[in-house]
Amino acid sequence: MINLVWLIPVLPLIGFLIIGLYGKKLSKNLVGVIACGTVLAAFIISAGLFFESLAAGAKPVTINLFSWIYAGNLNIPFSFLIDPLSIVFLLIITGVGFLIHLYSIGYMHDDEGFSRFFAYLNLFIFFMLLLVMGSNYLIMFVGWEGVGLCSYLLIGFWFKNTAYNNAARKAFVMNRIGDLGFLLGIILIYITFGSISYSEVFHSARGFASDQSVMTVITLLLFVGAIGKSAQIPLYTWLPDAMAGPTPVSALIHAATMVTAGIYMIARSNILFTLAPFTMEVVACVGIVTALFAATIGLAQNDIKKVLAYSTVSQLGYMFLALGLGYFTGAVFHVATHAFFKALLFLGAGSVIHAMSGEQDIRRMGGLKKALPITFFTFAVGTLAISGIPPFAGFFSKDEILAHAFAASPLLWFLGLLGSVMTAFYMFRLFYLTFFRDFRGTEKQKHHLHESPKTMTIPLMVLAGLSVVGGFMGVPESLGGGHALKAFLAPVFADSEMRSLPTELSAGTEYGLMAFAVIILVSVILFARNLYLNRAQLPAEEGEEITPLHKVVYNKYYVDEIYENVITKPINWISEQVYKVIDLRIVDSLVNFVGKTVNWSSATLRYIQAGNIGFYIFAMVLSIILILFLKSL
Amino acid sequence: MSAVQLVPINWYILLSAVLFTIGVLGVLFRRNAIIIFMCIEIMLNAVNLLLVAFSSYLSDGAGQVFVFFIMAVAAAEVAVGLAILIMIYRNNHSTDINVLNKLKW
Repeated sequence: MINLVWLIPVLPLIGFLIIGLYGKKLSKNLVGVIACGTVLAAFIISAGLFFESLAAGAKPVTINLFSWIYAGNLNIPFSFLIDPLSIVFLLIITGVGFLIHLYSIGYMHDDEGFSRFFAYLNLFIFFMLLLVMGSNYLIMFVGWEGVGLCSYLLIGFWFKNTAYNNAARKAFVMNRIGDLGFLLGIILIYITFGSISYSEVFHSARGFASDQSVMTVITLLLFVGAIGKSAQIPLYTWLPDAMAGPTPVSALIHAATMVTAGIYMIARSNILFTLAPFTMEVVACVGIVTALFAATIGLAQNDIKKVLAYSTVSQLGYMFLALGLGYFTGAVFHVATHAFFKALLFLGAGSVIHAMSGEQDIRRMGGLKKALPITFFTFAVGTLAISGIPPFAGFFSKDEILAHAFAASPLLWFLGLLGSVMTAFYMFRLFYLTFFRDFRGTEKQKHHLHESPKTMTIPLMVLAGLSVVGGFMGVPESLGGGHALKAFLAPVFADSEMRSLPTELSAGTEYGLMAFAVIILVSVILFARNLYLNRAQLPAEEGEEITPLHKVVYNKYYVDEIYENVITKPINWISEQVYKVIDLRIVDSLVNFVGKTVNWSSATLRYIQAGNIGFYIFAMVLSIILILFLKSL
Repeated sequence: MSAVQLVPINWYILLSAVLFTIGVLGVLFRRNAIIIFMCIEIMLNAVNLLLVAFSSYLSDGAGQVFVFFIMAVAAAEVAVGLAILIMIYRNNHSTDINVLNKLKW
C-alpha cells in the first residue's frame, strides 16, 4: 500500500483537471461521482497506510518521488513523509473531505457553477494533502499557498456579488501577511541548518541548547504564518467574513482542514518550538486570548454561520493553547474532534439554510425541530460535543487541554474554563433559537421547509456518529483508558517530550477538574435553556435599543473598522499617490518621451531621401574615403 | 630583367590613381547613364592595371589571376547594367539620371 502513496494527492488532482476542463459537458451526476470518488479512493489508501503503520510499529517512511530543485548546494527532492502525524491528518482530510463532497452534491445541486465548485474542492484537497504529506518545508509551503488560493476561489465562488469578492480578497491578503512570516522562517531555517528537510533539520536541532535567540526568531516567524492561516489574533477577521462562501466550503476549509494547517505546522516543528520557551509562551497567550475574545463575540451574533465562525476561531485558540503548553498530542486530538463536530455543525447549518430558502438569521428561525428531524438530532449531537459534555468527543479533547493548563497555571485553567462556559452558552443559544419554539419566519419560507435529501443527511449522520465515538481514541489514563492517540503519535513528539517538563497531575485532581467542568457546563446549558426556551427571550432586532456593551460586542469590538481606518485606508492612499505621481507623471512621461523622440528624429531625417541619385553616389564616395582614412589611423 | 621593370613602379601607381580619379569624377558629375557606365569601366581597368603592375614587379602570379576575376565580373555587370539602362530608356525616353527622382519622401 505504501507504493500507492503518490496516488493520494494525484487522484484529487486528476479529478480537478477532468472536472475543470470538461465539467460543463459532463452530467452533474458524473461530476459528483468523479469528485467524491477521487477523495474516497484517497481515504481508502490513507486508511490502508494507517493499518500498515500500526502493524509496522508506527515508523516514519520517506517516499522519494523525483528530484525537484537541484542547484549548487541546494538539493530539494519532492518526497513525502508518512509518519503517525501525517497519517492522522490524512485520515481527517480525506475522511471529512469525502463526507463534505457527498454533502455538496445535494447542497449545490441547483447552482449553475456546480462543476466549477467540485473542481475547486478537489484542487483544495490536493493542496491540503501536499501540505501534510511533504517531507520538507518547501512542499508544505506549496500546499500552504495552494490552500490559500483555493480558499480565495471558494469564498468568492458566487463572484457576481462584490461583497463576497471583498471577503475573498481579505482572506487572501491576510493569509499572505502570515505567509511572509512563514517564508522568512523557512529561509532562516535554511541559513541555520543548511537544509529544509524535516529529518535533517530536526536531527540537527537535537544538538541545540535551549532558548537560543535564533531558535526563538525562527519559531516566532513560523508562528506568524500560523496566525495568518489559523485565524488567531490579530489576523482572524477574515474567517467570519469567509462565511460568504457556500456552507460546504465553510465546513471543509474554515472548520476542518485549512485552518488546522497552522497547528499541523507547529506540531510538525515541535522540536524547534520546544527549544524556544519564549515562543511557546507567546503561542499559549495568543491562543487563550483568541479563545476568549472570539467566544465573547460569538455570544452576540445573530447569523447562524457567524456564530459557528467565531466558535471556530475560539476552538483554534484552544488548540494553540495546547501547543503552547507543550501538549502537542492534545492539539492534534482537538483538531480531530473539532473537525468532526464543527463540520457537523456547519453542514447542519447548511441544511437549515437550505430548508429556509437561504435565510441565515436565527431571529427568523424557530421550531425547526419538527420539519427537519435528522438535522435537529445531528445538530444536537454536535452542540453537545462542542460544549464538552461527556461522553461526546469534545469532552475528552478539551478536558485534557484544560487539565494541562491547570498543571501549568491555574489562571490559564480558569480562563480556559471561562471560554468553555461561553462556548456552551452561545452554542445552546443558537440551538434553542433555531430549533425550538414557534416559527418566526415568513409564510413562504414555512411552506418551503423540508428535510434535506439523503446525500446531505447521510454525512450528517456519519459525522454525528464520529462526534459521539471520536473521543474514545484519546481516553486518558486517569479514566482507565490507554490513550490510543497519544501512543500512536508518541514517536513524532518523542524529542519534545524529553525536554519539556512533564506535567503530572494526580488522578484525584483530574477527576475533580472534570467533574467541576461538567457541573458548570450543565448549569450553563440549563441557564441558556431557561433564558431562550422557558422565558422565550429573543435577540434584539436591528434598530432596537441595546446597551453600549452589547453594541460593542455585537459589532465585533469594531476591530474590522479599526483595521480599515488604521491600515487599509493609509495603504490605499499611499498607493493612489504612487499611482498619480510616479506612475502617471514620471514613468508615463519617460516612455512617451522615447516615443516622441523617435517620431521627431524620423520626421527630421527623412529629408535626406530627396531622390537625387547624384547626391546618393556622392555620399557613397565620401563614405568610402572616410572609411579608408579611418582605417589608416 | 624585363623592359617593363626599367620604369619605377611609382609611375604605374600614379597612372592608376589618375585613371581611377577620372572614373570617379565622371560617375559623380556626368548626367548620361551610358557615360557613367563607361566611367565605372575606367575605374575597374585602373585597378586591373595596378594589379598587373604589382604582379609583374613582385613576380607574384596572384595579381594576374585576380585580374581575370575582375574582368569576368565587369563583363557580367555590364550585361545586367545595360539591360537595366534599356528598361529605363523605354519608360522615360531619356538616359538622364536626374529623371529618376521619384523614390523620395
